[in-house]
This record gives sequence, structure tokens and C-alpha cells, in this order.
Amino acid sequence: MVAGPPAPASGLSHPQAGAGASPKRVLELAAIGTLAGVFSGLFGVGGGSVVVPLLVLWLGYGERAATATSLAAIVFIAGFAAAVQGAYGNVRVLDAALIGVPAVAGVLAGTWLQQRLHSRAIALLFAAVLVASAVELVIR
Amino acid sequence: MIGAVGIGLAGGVVAGLLGVGGGVVFVPGLVLMLGLGQHQAEATSLLAIVPVAIVGSYRQDRYGNVRRADALLVGLLSLAGAAAGVVLANALSGALLRDAFAALIVVVAVQLARRALRATPVVAAGGHPPAGTGGEKA
Repeated sequence: MVAGPPAPASGLSHPQAGAGASPKRVLELAAIGTLAGVFSGLFGVGGGSVVVPLLVLWLGYGERAATATSLAAIVFIAGFAAAVQGAYGNVRVLDAALIGVPAVAGVLAGTWLQQRLHSRAIALLFAAVLVASAVELVIR
Repeated sequence: MIGAVGIGLAGGVVAGLLGVGGGVVFVPGLVLMLGLGQHQAEATSLLAIVPVAIVGSYRQDRYGNVRRADALLVGLLSLAGAAAGVVLANALSGALLRDAFAALIVVVAVQLARRALRATPVVAAGGHPPAGTGGEKA
């Protein structure tokens, strides 16, 4: 973790989180953006696993606002990273569409399901699938 | 083609249900099921994430959860980093990048398992928005 001294409780000079952009705040947001960008560009993921915890830790965000704000930032992060990858000729546009469009429907289904079932067992199962995929990737 | 649609659906459901990003499903799916190279898989995953993030953040914004100014700043200030990450990825061999990615998803798996095993019933990464909004991370 870089920087990130807990915001000096200077409630006076900086009225409230979310309000004016103090230089320190802009620096923190820049650091979060940069770290997330590198992570996203390097691994081909959105970068939410970098943005969300840092918004919580450094800027005192609640989980919900952090997730939502992260998603909006990811539009830029992943979009730009995809464009740069496009310049390398690596993007399969048709496959991306065939994945991305159904994925939207999948997310809607997933959030609907989430309200209705205990996802603990599913989380553990998925964790196992991830580990198996990792093994498969490495031995491939 | 059916494979790609299946990867998209699976990644979306996992994102909505567990709050992990679709990318951790898209990339291995593209490599293991569709036989793409690691670089192509990552690049294609990035583009596939965009519609998911657009729809997800639009819905979250309607619930007032998005802090727009911060999102814009993080997004715009990420561009140099994102370009650097992509350049770095392309400087690495496919095999090395694949192994690094494998390590990444193991870390995600461990975090997910720890969260699931922690006392409270579930709570996926994103924290749950009110009824039926997307708690997903793309």
C-alpha cells in the first residue's frame, strides 16, 4: 500500500467526503486510478478488487458506494485498456460481444438469485473452480 | 460461439451473485474453453467487461450509490496506468502472464473462501445494494 495516512480528521477544512476535491484527495484518487489501471491492463480484469478496498480504506467509503463508484470507474479503465489492447491486435471483438452481452443478463440473474439463496456454499464451490482453473492454466 | 455465450452467462451470474469480477471467469474461460492465448483472452475480457460495467453502474447510479465526481476522476486518472499495464502485459510471454494470472485467481479464491467461511451469512465483496441491484464488480 502506498501513501494512505488515515485522513487527518480535519472536518473543518474539508467539510465532508465527497465534497470539494482537495489536492490530497485528488492524489489519492489518482493513486487508486493508477494502481487499478495497471492491475486491469496487466490481468484483463476490471480492477474492482483494487478500487473497492482503497476507496474504503483511504476515502472512508461504505462498501456499497465503493462498489458502485468502482463500477463506474471501470467503464473507463476497462474501456481504455481494451482500446490499447486493440492497438496490439489482441481483441476478439465478436467473442467480446458474445460474452459481454449475455454477461449483462447473467449479472441480472445473479443479483436476483443473491436475494433468494445462501451463496456461501456457492462461493466455496466457485473458489474451488477458480483453484482448479488456476491449476489447469499452469499445467497447460 | 455457444462457448462464448456460456462464458458470458457464467461470468455474469458469478459477478451478480458473489460480487467478484467477470474478468476472473472470462479470462480462464477464453483460454481453457476457446483456446485463446493469454494476451488475446485478457484483451477480449477487457472489452467484454465494458457493457457489464455500463449497465451495472447505470443501475447503481439510479440508486444514488455512485459518487460521480470521484468515479470520473478515478477513471480518467487511471488511463496512464491502464496503458502501462497493457504494455507490460504485452512485454511478458504468454506463459508467464498465464502463470501470474493463475496466481491472481488463487488469491481471489482464497479471499472468497475466507469471506464465505466468516461467521456472518455471506456478504459478497460488493456489499449488498437494496433489492436486486448489482453488487457486482466487473
